[in-house]
Amino acid sequence: MTAKMEARDLVVHYREKVALRSASLTIPENQVTALIGPSGCGKSTFLRALNRMHELHDGVRVTGKVYLDGADILDPHVDPVEVRRKVGMVFQRSNPFPKTIFENVAYGLRVAGERNRAVLECRVHESLEAAALWDEVKDRLHESALELSGGQQQRLCVARAVAVRPEVLLMDEPASALDPIATGRIEELIVALKEKYTIVLVTHSMQEARRLSDQAAFLYMGEIVEVAPTPELFEAPRQPRTQAYLRGHFG
Amino acid sequence: MNVGDRALRFVSGLALLVVLVAIFAILGIVVVYGAGALSWQMLVDAPSSDLAGGGVMPAIYGTAACTMLMTLAGVPVGVATAVYLAEYAPQRSWFATAVRAAVRSLAGVPSIVFGLFGLGFFALFVGGRIDGMFYSDATSPVFGRPAILWSSLTLAVLTLPVVIVTTEEAIRRVPREHREASYALGATKLTTIARVVLPHARAGILTGVVLAVSRGAGEVAPILFTGVANYLPRVPTDVRDGFMHLGYHVYVLATQAPDVDRARPMLFGTVLVLLVLTLVLDAAALVLRARAQRGTRV
Amino acid sequence: MAGLLMSRGIAPRRRFRRSLGERLAERAIALAAASAIGAILLIFVFVVREALPLLWDGGADLALVAPQHYPGYDHPAYVWQPVGYPPKYGVVPLLAGSLKITALAMAISAPLSLLAAIYVAEILRPRTRALIKPVIELLAGVPSVILGFFALTFIADATQDILGCTYRLNALVAALALSLAVLPVIFTVSEDAIHGVPLALREASLAVGARRHQTIARVVLPAALPGIVASLVLGFGRAIGETMIVLMASGNAAVLDASPTSSARTLTATIAAELGESPRGGEHWRVLFLLGMILLVVTWALDTLCRVVVRRLARRLNPSEGEGP
Repeated sequence: MTAKMEARDLVVHYREKVALRSASLTIPENQVTALIGPSGCGKSTFLRALNRMHELHDGVRVTGKVYLDGADILDPHVDPVEVRRKVGMVFQRSNPFPKTIFENVAYGLRVAGERNRAVLECRVHESLEAAALWDEVKDRLHESALELSGGQQQRLCVARAVAVRPEVLLMDEPASALDPIATGRIEELIVALKEKYTIVLVTHSMQEARRLSDQAAFLYMGEIVEVAPTPELFEAPRQPRTQAYLRGHFG
Repeated sequence: MNVGDRALRFVSGLALLVVLVAIFAILGIVVVYGAGALSWQMLVDAPSSDLAGGGVMPAIYGTAACTMLMTLAGVPVGVATAVYLAEYAPQRSWFATAVRAAVRSLAGVPSIVFGLFGLGFFALFVGGRIDGMFYSDATSPVFGRPAILWSSLTLAVLTLPVVIVTTEEAIRRVPREHREASYALGATKLTTIARVVLPHARAGILTGVVLAVSRGAGEVAPILFTGVANYLPRVPTDVRDGFMHLGYHVYVLATQAPDVDRARPMLFGTVLVLLVLTLVLDAAALVLRARAQRGTRV
Repeated sequence: MAGLLMSRGIAPRRRFRRSLGERLAERAIALAAASAIGAILLIFVFVVREALPLLWDGGADLALVAPQHYPGYDHPAYVWQPVGYPPKYGVVPLLAGSLKITALAMAISAPLSLLAAIYVAEILRPRTRALIKPVIELLAGVPSVILGFFALTFIADATQDILGCTYRLNALVAALALSLAVLPVIFTVSEDAIHGVPLALREASLAVGARRHQTIARVVLPAALPGIVASLVLGFGRAIGETMIVLMASGNAAVLDASPTSSARTLTATIAAELGESPRGGEHWRVLFLLGMILLVVTWALDTLCRVVVRRLARRLNPSEGEGP
């Protein structure tokens, strides 16, 4: 097992507040790493630092290192756009552009300068297949993405993210706004995507983390309390705070 | 940073800079030239007949009186309309839709067309009817001619959309719990509006009134034919009198003074007085608006 | 049911009626609301009433829009010269003047204010934004007569020094001042639209590796398009209806000419300058009201067009919401 990404002593300040204190975590390649913990514990904050999305918000300060294949991506000389092309992200609420299905998926390629129609079509097809959406939308690629159902929109966002062929996929509670059936499909998708991608999944559902992940990290009050292979973390947690959380404390 | 990002930042930043420089250039030039020309005498004296000497007191008085009358006539109607739209109008009633469309259209009518309307409707039609009924033996029109009353009413119609839109917004921002608390105590709808909704929306409504006053005080085109006069050293004492007005005075001094060069100091001074008047009102509106918006977040 | 109510002490009356005072007050409120409709109808009726007799009172002879062969002219021409003999009422030079100055003002103010709006909405920090926005809105509060004065006294000299214009007051001078009046309108409305684009869309774009300028050009601006279009139409309407600035700064010669540095006379300035001296109910007076009618119809049509276009665009961007704003 090789480490795809590694966070070392990551500290995130939001204005005067500490949102994440000294977090270190190794993210193994082609596995699903789940981040669990009560809301406000810093799991989304941690996730956003992994592809420098935190820079979009004013007053966020990050120190520490995040390595991707051994190179520090937080280094100010590194172009955040290059990072994001390698480390993609799927958000809590599906956020398709008000464009056609095709243009949504092709967007990342277009902004990267791809103009060849054949290449675009091929990659759109491939990405929609990967997101298990192709069969449902193949006849309406040029209709508005906003006419898709909530679950389809979220899978479209996955397709959009994988279209640029990232190496890592960050998923921020991707199923939290969906109904149980759509959630099931997203979960199947995550299992399938593991073959090709390294996935970091933030979730508030312990069942989901348990079903999907290979490794799990429990965060509490801006701190990584415990990291372990998933079965171990759920069946034999070592830290008292992890035990308390798994038993249903902290809401 | 990427070249495209840098280019965008530079070009759009430059545009903003140009806009800001233009704004401060206008304000700066008007203030510097105006302050040099302004004197106490200008504020309290009537102008000399060639407009180059004396002061602009009648114009200040006329502007104040005109906007006061305008406020008295327009604000109650505007607030009542906003209350209707926010509190009474059924969801998809054709009447409310028509009122909204009318308010929108009214806001888009060019100010000079308000001038034509004020002359045709208020001064000639309404005034003419009044004369026909009560002053049929008078040799010259009493009400049926341009007067400060007609100017004020014209401006009241012109500023109606400002009052309606800001007031409706303010009323809609009043939290529902306040209304429900009042109803639960057995208050009627009207009582609830008068005792709870309007007092709560006070700052917002006042914002609208101040914006309307500022707009009304600065408009010249609507009063051109409805009552303003270029030289009337005596202040108006009757709503049927003509009046002098700061905005119109600026226009007259700049383009029609007998000796434009000699009238220059008066012109600069008058511009400054008008600018300060409107900007103070606008600044007050900004403060009130901020307070109105903060008040609801608690 | 009635028995149950009685037993609890609430006696059902024959029919519930609210107090007379309350009902009267509500009537008065509804009546006030009707006044807005009344006002717009009266404006239309009273402008049209003065203009309309032209149609059956020899208005056809006035040749308002057709070139006319006047004595002393070599060939048919569009001329506005209401005090000449015979009076010449060709409105084409006035329409052209209005369009020329408005187009110039839009060409100056639209790019400036849109770019400034992008900078303020996308690049400035929230705190600075809260400081800058009111400053630009302050410009909207400057009375147009002051902008006219500013054009007449300062812009005119500056443009003459720089460009060496033949006429000190001309279409360009008026357009420059007019763009100052239009700027805050376009800026405020479009900045609100840009700022209102959901953060989620920007994040989605950046997360797949788009640059800032790509995100703005391909995601943010298209999403803000309805508001931007509305701001431009609003600005255009404001420009074409503005009176005092053009009256003071355009030179007011009704020449049919495409040069930006030649003098121009607009519909609005013509009404403002001539109505005071035209005898009530005369031909000239009626033609001036007709100009007012043209202005009224043009601005109303623009507003309607704007509403239709904005609603269509909004629906295309968000079909699930059916009805646009």
